Parts: sequence; structure tokens; C-alpha cells
Amino acid sequence: MFESLTTRLGNVFDRLKRRGALGEADVLEAMRDVRVALLEADVALPVVRDFIAAVREKAIGQEVIRSITPGQMVVKIVHDHLVQLLGSETAALELGSPPAPILMCGLQGSGKTTTSAKLARRLKLKEKKKVLLASLDTRRPAAQEQLEVLARQAEVASLPIVPGQGPLEITRRALDTARREGVDVVILDTAGRLHVDPALMDELVAVQNLAKPHETLLVVDALTGQDAVNVANAFKERVALTGIVLTRMDGDARGGAALSMRAITGKPIKLVGVGEKLDALEPFHPQRVASRILDMGDVVSLVEKAADLVDKEDAEKLAKRLAKGAFDLNDLRTQLQQVTKMGGMGGILAKLPGVAKIKAQMAEANVDETMIKRQIAIINSMTPKERRNPDIIQASRKRRIAAGSGTGVPDINRLLKQHRQMQDMMKRMKKQGGLQSLLGGRGMPQLPPGLFPR
Amino acid sequence: MSEAPRQGWLARLRAGLARSSDSLRGSIGGIFTRRKLDAASLEELEDALILADLGVATAAELVERLRKERFGKDVTETEVREFLAQAIAAMLEPWAVPIPHRERFRPQVVLVCGVNGTGKTTTVGKLAKQATDAGLSVVLAACDTFRAAAVAQLEIWGQRNGVPVIAGKEGADPAGLAYEALERAQRQRAELLLIDTAGRLHNKAALMDELKKIVRVLKKLDPAAPHDTILVLDATTGQNAHRQVEIFKEMVAISGLIVTKLDGTAKGGVVVSLAQTYKLPVHAVGVGEGIDDLRPFEARPFARALLGLDAT
Ligand SMILES: Nc1nc2c(ncn2[C@@H]2O[C@H](COP(=O)(O)OP(=O)(O)OP(=O)(O)O)[C@@H](O)[C@H]2O)c(=O)[nH]1
Ligand SMILES: Nc1nc2c(ncn2[C@@H]2O[C@H](COP(=O)(O)OP(=O)(O)OP(=O)(O)O)[C@@H](O)[C@H]2O)c(=O)[nH]1
Ligand SMILES: [Mg+2]
Ligand SMILES: [Mg+2]
Repeated sequence: MFESLTTRLGNVFDRLKRRGALGEADVLEAMRDVRVALLEADVALPVVRDFIAAVREKAIGQEVIRSITPGQMVVKIVHDHLVQLLGSETAALELGSPPAPILMCGLQGSGKTTTSAKLARRLKLKEKKKVLLASLDTRRPAAQEQLEVLARQAEVASLPIVPGQGPLEITRRALDTARREGVDVVILDTAGRLHVDPALMDELVAVQNLAKPHETLLVVDALTGQDAVNVANAFKERVALTGIVLTRMDGDARGGAALSMRAITGKPIKLVGVGEKLDALEPFHPQRVASRILDMGDVVSLVEKAADLVDKEDAEKLAKRLAKGAFDLNDLRTQLQQVTKMGGMGGILAKLPGVAKIKAQMAEANVDETMIKRQIAIINSMTPKERRNPDIIQASRKRRIAAGSGTGVPDINRLLKQHRQMQDMMKRMKKQGGLQSLLGGRGMPQLPPGLFPR
Repeated sequence: MSEAPRQGWLARLRAGLARSSDSLRGSIGGIFTRRKLDAASLEELEDALILADLGVATAAELVERLRKERFGKDVTETEVREFLAQAIAAMLEPWAVPIPHRERFRPQVVLVCGVNGTGKTTTVGKLAKQATDAGLSVVLAACDTFRAAAVAQLEIWGQRNGVPVIAGKEGADPAGLAYEALERAQRQRAELLLIDTAGRLHNKAALMDELKKIVRVLKKLDPAAPHDTILVLDATTGQNAHRQVEIFKEMVAISGLIVTKLDGTAKGGVVVSLAQTYKLPVHAVGVGEGIDDLRPFEARPFARALLGLDAT
């Protein structure tokens, strides 16, 4: 998910950033590319349209054209708008007083039944809730049996199936049972329905009126194309939605539905389904997704950001060298210096996704400011020739450098090894034309090798 | 950025969306009432095609054709729509091919696959109805041994059609079951074996291997089997359908598509470029949950529906 959108946008931004001055035409061209990238990711057209209009308006403003790094400014405007699109806070479920009903609805096959069971399991394990699952799907063959089997797998109670009962009767029975048995949460799984099916939409409204759920979740397939707008709007008009669940986020869709859902409905994405198994349900972290789309491994932009604070020329030189795949100890020093000047690891790390994970890794590896300062001292104790060509640093040179920097030979070895790893990474990145390699197989953030020793 | 403009932008967007989804539904409608075909109208037209999920490239290509022929000329709304519908129908015409009945194979083996929830099991049920109506003896194989109650679901479709369903235990090896099903269908001299498989995302290698294994095992009993390998595509799917077709085709040599859920508002426009790119016939379309809700795929009505024209 999102990877190829990231690459597409990255290419557009790289072109922008390579320019010195930006004319209106440059911005317009870049926006056309952004538009195509978003549409190919299945972001809803009206969302794309407004997005581009808003970004264009800001980007053509005086402020940008006059700034020292206009390309960077445009990228930042796009960033800000994307973050806005996704929302910034993780939205939790609001359960209300027990028995709290949660109503699941959506198109056929979107993943309602599976998500109901996943959610039941999650509430039971994470929040120690007593949950009751009830299927109101009297239409699809074996739909009620499906939920019953899943409930058993989740070790959660399910409402006994009574053949011949309709959705409203089942709802009543579920609520009664829940009250009687001291259930905290009742999850009502409904039949899949088309938003243009008036009879079934009426039925859903009736269920909602009867159950008065605190949460009514629209379950949407993350692979959905432009029709997502019609579906979400129609459901929203008829039943008061409180949130969205996006399923099949484990697919390789480019995430358009994820990007546009909140803009379309005004409701937050509360959960995402990332697999068929019952543990494959996660809360949605919009910030993390935004940074995954935009910032991930954007080394050049990291460096450029540093430029505002540090030394622009240094940064540009480094960016150019990185783009070429060159990376010697001088470059490492420049980068380390920027890290310290940017307010330490916090600053640079904030730009990487999965911050929590990386911080944990750092703590594990005992990385801190003083370590970085020590590394800079080591590089300072080298001759210019050694910095350009670290391969010549053999045993005697190592001892000299260690003495000069007040460190030990093992410290020198560690630094050289890190540098080698980073150099390899840079080369790899150059070869692959992007920073994809920084992403693990599943798009999980991984610590770039090098900067943080293991 | 300050907080105020943030809210302003989103609020505007939301307000705009409520409107746009309505106006876009019949978007081509308001665009042309006999006026010059200019850049702005072409752009709106392109947007309308994008909204039908044709994809940016295909939409641009079609609009470019229109521009070449009619730019600057006085055109009516209907002319423009008809032009595009005809262009799309012409692109799709060669691919509107029903599933052939292959009499020399007994049984003809049809393997049905696709990502999760697209409508595979339902489509198998509907195909069984058409085949039995045509007088064929049909056997169903419930090779989705993973999803809860998937077997029970297919069994109900079997009952509705009065045809036998071969099933194993939940968690059983789907390939082993497929083998057993073909063996039994051969023994019974059945004419058609329809194999329902579990939904699987194309980017999951292990699940795709499982599907390949089903194919491999079938070939042990009949080297030509499966004679048809159908990918069931949900019409609401956007551009990801390209990846689905590409990978399923590479893995199990998809021989044709069935597009489901065309009874909603999704137009399934991605099929236009899919058929072309992958040279795949579109056999049928699903238009409801009922047993009779499977129709042959017809290029002209499909193209006209894409453009919001009536079916004739
Ligand atoms: N890969 C993946 N598959 C999922 C996910 N959520 C659901 N599924 C699968 O999608 C298919 C449909 O899921 P269901 O839960 O039956 O969908 P539904 O919305 O209840 O379907 P109807 O009741 O028929 O409308 C099943 O094969 C599920 O295993 C997910 O997050 N990832
Ligand atoms: N409206 C509409 N619904 C359909 C159509 N085809 C299937 N469905 C519904 O879509 C949902 C999923 O259908 P299934 O046949 O279970 O899908 P599947 O591909 O077998 O799902 P998995 O085995 O879980 O991957 C069910 O609720 C079907 O009734 C169609 O053409 N139109
Ligand atoms: Mg269901
Ligand atoms: Mg199925």
C-alpha cells in the first residue's frame, strides 16, 4: 500500500527541487503530475481537484517564488495538505454505556463480517470487554453461519441463530440478550447492500433507529476506485456514520480510498483490516500514513530541511553527491553536524515514519547526542585524504585517529563500518532510482543502516 | 500553517463534495448543449471518464481522439457521448465472448479465482444455473477451505441448482480437494466442473502458490485442465484491477474475466483498458445477488452505460 504513490510523488518533487527559481509554469506542470499520480492511486476525483486547486493557489503565491528553496516550499505545501486530508489524530471507538451497540454496514463483500469478528476479538483482548456478535444478514447464503464460526474462533459469544427472524427481530433479541447477560459491546453485522437499493437502505435505517448505536462504521474495501465517493456519500446521507473501516489494506492498492475517505465523509478512518485472519485489524494512524507517503526515506528533503538551519551550500553539495551515489566521510560529517544542529535526533527522527519503533531501536542501540559528537571528533582527527578515501585507514592510522579524538580503535572501526553500510545504501538507492529499498517488504519502516549502529 | 485556513480548506472540500458527487453522476450531461468543443469541455469530459474508472491514460487517449475529430466544431451533448461510446464499444467488441462450451472435455473444468469478496462463490452459483438450464450435468467443487462457512455457502448454491457439491473439511488442502473433485466428476461423466476457490490478494505469494498448485494437480488428471480460468473482478475496483489481472494471469494463465456488482453505481470502466492490455475476453457481468443475475457481457450496452447513455 502507498509505495508506488510515494515513488510517483517523489519523482515529481525531485524534479521540482532540482530547480533554482520556480516559475508559475513549473508549478503548474508539477501539479499536473501530482494530479495524475493521485488519480492513478484512485484518490477520488473531486478530492484531487480541490486538492490541486488549493495547493496551486498557495504554491503560486509570492511567498514561494521568492523563497530560497521554492521547490522545497511547494513540496511542503503538498505535504501539509496531504496530512490535512488524512486528519492528524488517531480516532478511537466511542463505546458509550453498556450494552453499547456497534453497527457495521457497507457494500457486498467489503469485509463487514470478518471485521465484526476481528473487532470483537480486539475489544475482548485489548479492552477486556464482554462482547456479543450478532448477524442480521438473513440474505446471503450461510452468512449467519460464517459469523458464528468466526465468533467461535475469536472466543466471543454469538447470538444463537433463529431461522426465519428478520433483521429487526434479531436486533431486538441481541439487545435483550446483551442486557440480560451483562454484555459490554454488541456488534451488529449486517447484510451487504448497495447504496442505491432503497428497500435495503430503509432496513438499515430501521436497524439504526432501533439499536441507537454509538458507533456506525462503514466498511470500505481499500481497493475501491472512483465509486467510493458515491458509496460513502449515500451511506452517510441515510445513516449517521461515525467512522470508516478500510479493509484489504494488505493489498497493493495505492491507497486512494484511504486518502479520500475522510474528505468525502468528514468521518475518520478508525480501523484498518490488514489480512484475513482475526488478528489482522489495526487502529489507523493518519500521521504515520502521511509520512509514509511523503517523507519516508526522503533523504534529500531531510538534508534540505537541514539547510535552512545549517549551511545551505553544504546541504546542496551533499544532496548532489548523494544523488550521484557518492558518499565519503566528509559527507558523513556534514550529515552528522546537521543532525546535531537540527536539535539532535528528535528533529531528524520526527521526519521518519514509525518513530516509535525507531526510538525503541535507538534506545536499544544506546545512541545519543554524545555519540554523534564523538563521531564528528573522530572524522575531524582524520586527514583530508583519509576522509575522501577511507580505505587507506589501516591499523597505524586508526591508532593515530583514536588518540587524536580521545576515542579507541573499536570506535574508529564502528564508524568506518557504518560509513560503508551507508555508502552501500546510497548506491543501492541510486540504482533503484528511489528510496523504496528503505522500506521493508511490507512497507514497515526499518532503520536505515549506518547512522544508528546496531 | 495556521489552524484557520486548514479548516477552511477541508470544510470547503466537503461542501463541494456533496455537490460534485451529484453533478458528476450525470457529469457529461451539463457539458454540451450545442456549443464549440473547447479545451474546457474536453477536460470535463476526461474527468467524467476518469470517474467511471477508465484510468487517466485511457481517458486521455479517448478524449484526444475526440479532439482530433471534432475540436472547434459545433457539437451537441449527445453527439459527443455517442462518439465516445462507439469508440469504447469498438475497443471492447472483440472481447465480448461467452465461456465456450468445450464438448470434447468431459468434464470441462472451469476454475474461478480472484481477490477476496469479489463474488466468486455467487458467480459459481449463477454459472451452475445457466449450465443446468442449458442441459449440462454440473458438479461444484468447494475449494475454499479457508474462509468461515465458505463451504456451507457453496452448498446452498448447490441445493438451489440441484447439483452435487464436492467439499472437504475446513482447512483441508484445496489442491487435494480439487483433484478429488475432478476424479469424481470424471467418474460421473459430468459435463462441467466449476471450482470455487478462496479469495486471495494477488500480492500474497503463498496464496498464489496455493492456486498454482490447484492447477498443477488438475493437470495430472487432464493435461488440458483447467480449460477455463476465470478471474472474477468487482466493478467497484479501481486501478488496482490492473495489478490483479497482471499477476493472476502470470500465475495461472487467466483465460477470461467476469465483472460483478454492475448493479451498483460503479461502472467498471477499468475493464476497457484491461481487455486491451491483457487481451482477455470478458465473459459475463454480475448484476445482482440472485441466481439469474448473470448476463452476457455486451460491448455496446456496457460502453453506453459508462457514458450515462441508455442501453439501446
Ligand atoms: N486480505 C484481506 N481480506 C479480507 C480483509 N477483510 C476481509 N477480508 C476477506 O474478504 C472477504 C469478504 O469478507 P466478509 O467479511 O465476508 O465480507 P462481508 O462484507 O461480510 O460480505 P457480505 O456479507 O457478503 O456483504 C473474505 O474472503 C474475507 O476473508 C482484509 O483486511 N484483508
Ligand atoms: N449487488 C451484487 N452483489 C453481488 C454480486 N455478485 C456477488 N454479490 C455479493 O457480493 C458478496 C460477496 O460474494 P461472494 O460470492 O461471497 O464473494 P467471494 O468472491 O466468493 O468471496 P470470498 O470467497 O470471501 O473471497 C455477497 O454478498 C454476494 O451476494 C453482484 O453481481 N451484484
Ligand atoms: Mg457478511
Ligand atoms: Mg467465496
